[in-house]
Amino acid sequence: MERNIIELRNVCKDFNGHRALNDVGFYVRKNEFITLLGPSGCGKTTTLRLIGGFEQVTSGEILFEGTDITSMPPYKRKVNTVFQKYALFPHMNVFDNISFGLKVKKMDKRLIEKKVKEMLSLVNLKGFEKRSINSLSGGQQQRIAIARALINEPEVLLLDEPLGALDLKLRKEMQIELKRMQQKLGITFIFVTHDQEEALTMSDKIIVMKDGKLQQLGTPEDIYNEPKNSFVADFIGESTIIDGIMHEDYLVEFAGRKFKCLDKGFMKKEKVDVVIRPEDIKVVPTREGMLTVTVESVIFKGVHYEMMVRSNKHVFKIHSTEMVHASQEAGIIIGPNDIHIMKKERVADEK
Amino acid sequence: MVGRFLKKIYVSLVYLFLYVPILILIIFSFNDSKSRGTWGGFTLKWYKELFTDSQIMSALYYTIAIAIASTIIATIIGTVAAIGIHQMKIKHKSIVMNLTYIPVLNADIVTGISLMILFIFLKLQLGFMTLLIAHITFNIPYVILSVLPKLKQLDTNLYEAALDLGATPWHALWRVIIPEIMPGIITGGLLAFTLSIDDFVISFFTTGSGVSNLSITIYSMARRGIKPQINALSTIMFFTVLSLLLIVNVRANKNTQGKENVI
Repeated sequence: MERNIIELRNVCKDFNGHRALNDVGFYVRKNEFITLLGPSGCGKTTTLRLIGGFEQVTSGEILFEGTDITSMPPYKRKVNTVFQKYALFPHMNVFDNISFGLKVKKMDKRLIEKKVKEMLSLVNLKGFEKRSINSLSGGQQQRIAIARALINEPEVLLLDEPLGALDLKLRKEMQIELKRMQQKLGITFIFVTHDQEEALTMSDKIIVMKDGKLQQLGTPEDIYNEPKNSFVADFIGESTIIDGIMHEDYLVEFAGRKFKCLDKGFMKKEKVDVVIRPEDIKVVPTREGMLTVTVESVIFKGVHYEMMVRSNKHVFKIHSTEMVHASQEAGIIIGPNDIHIMKKERVADEK
Repeated sequence: MVGRFLKKIYVSLVYLFLYVPILILIIFSFNDSKSRGTWGGFTLKWYKELFTDSQIMSALYYTIAIAIASTIIATIIGTVAAIGIHQMKIKHKSIVMNLTYIPVLNADIVTGISLMILFIFLKLQLGFMTLLIAHITFNIPYVILSVLPKLKQLDTNLYEAALDLGATPWHALWRVIIPEIMPGIITGGLLAFTLSIDDFVISFFTTGSGVSNLSITIYSMARRGIKPQINALSTIMFFTVLSLLLIVNVRANKNTQGKENVI
């Protein structure tokens, strides 16, 4: 119990009658890197702002190390935030920005100077003290924003899509660097992103959200391999989702054929969503396949080919290093552990 | 080529028309002859007389005292009001903004008379205090209108970032928001100062008890015939207001340039 540093209980948040968060509850353990993942408007940033204290819950509780902080103002919370657009103070130089929090606490000047130096070397910007904010690149501003938050030695660092404005290469570098900082400092990170790859790369735990509701909470592996519903499956990585019927335990019918699978506990003849990852479908010569398909399109993606193949009404997406030319026939094999059966949930099917 | 030439002539004519009267005023402020038609040689004696004229010196004192006091008070009230308006919901904001624009667009004479009636109704003795209150009143909207654009440019997260780093709301306002909008506050203050020095109509109706600023003094002197000192005085006022307006404009340009650079 004591190791839960942040806990949300039945949190709801309304904006002008619109429900932005609906009964969200989860906990974060100390030193965890946890990511709130979802499409825009799913409530992930709202959740972060509630933890930061910038918004007030409509109902529910937020706990910090077991004590209720639901109505505590932001300046009393032991959390710090890295904002999406950095929110650095433009009229101050780098030193004054980073030292802002310590100056508020009236810390000794020489200690502040020493700490700022340490922080700048942590974010690889030694000697930048006197620089003005406007003279820095986006990536450098990003690092200053992180340093400004971390210098206060927060128990929890909140990051609101901090890498959103950076180019791809810089993003990748910062992902690794953030993870390194988090492990080195042993601070709990709560990270918000809509980028599933980023979430999978960095997180210890991922919370997938949609329409203000929590969809799934788990390790990156859990969420990728065992998505709870077709929304999560679709959002995390790519997948083909088709209608199927569960005949009995371990036997599902889709695309006009029965397949062995590993799922059980459904009603007889229950309609289900069948989710298959594109890399789990094997392409073989027509005779050896479980299904015969026609290739509709082929795109070269670098590491693999992406093929859209059709079998009657059903289209499958395949990632394979083997290439079959468009409009040719081929066979496909789908193994029992590559078939994921989800209960039908119409809410998760809008995409 | 001809078109460009014509354009230049046209622009020159416009400015000639605008500035020749002032130029003549300035030239005649250095005229040694009392007559307004003839040039009697260069002199600075009107300026000297100006600064020894007790009536004018007292008017100068009131003008500057009123300008400084009304600028400081209006700038503070206007800045606080702008911050409040900025926080409002859109519907309330548009109502308040219209209420802010009306005094700006209103005819000075209406503002002046209505203030006078109000002061009389409240049984306030017309004089220094009423003049000061009137100047504060008409200056506030200009400060609000100078500060609001700066607030709109502000990153909405800045205030939250300050709170996040442990600053109380008051500290965040003082250390982060005020310094960020300072250019707008200074521009508003300069504008208020200029308008206060410049004002005649509203001052005319709201003062009394022998308190009169420069423009009122010039007006009453002019009724008794234009004395050459008035030329000198007008010249000084012209250059004071001109230089203040130049500062305001240069600052405004700098601000917009800065904004473009950021984008």
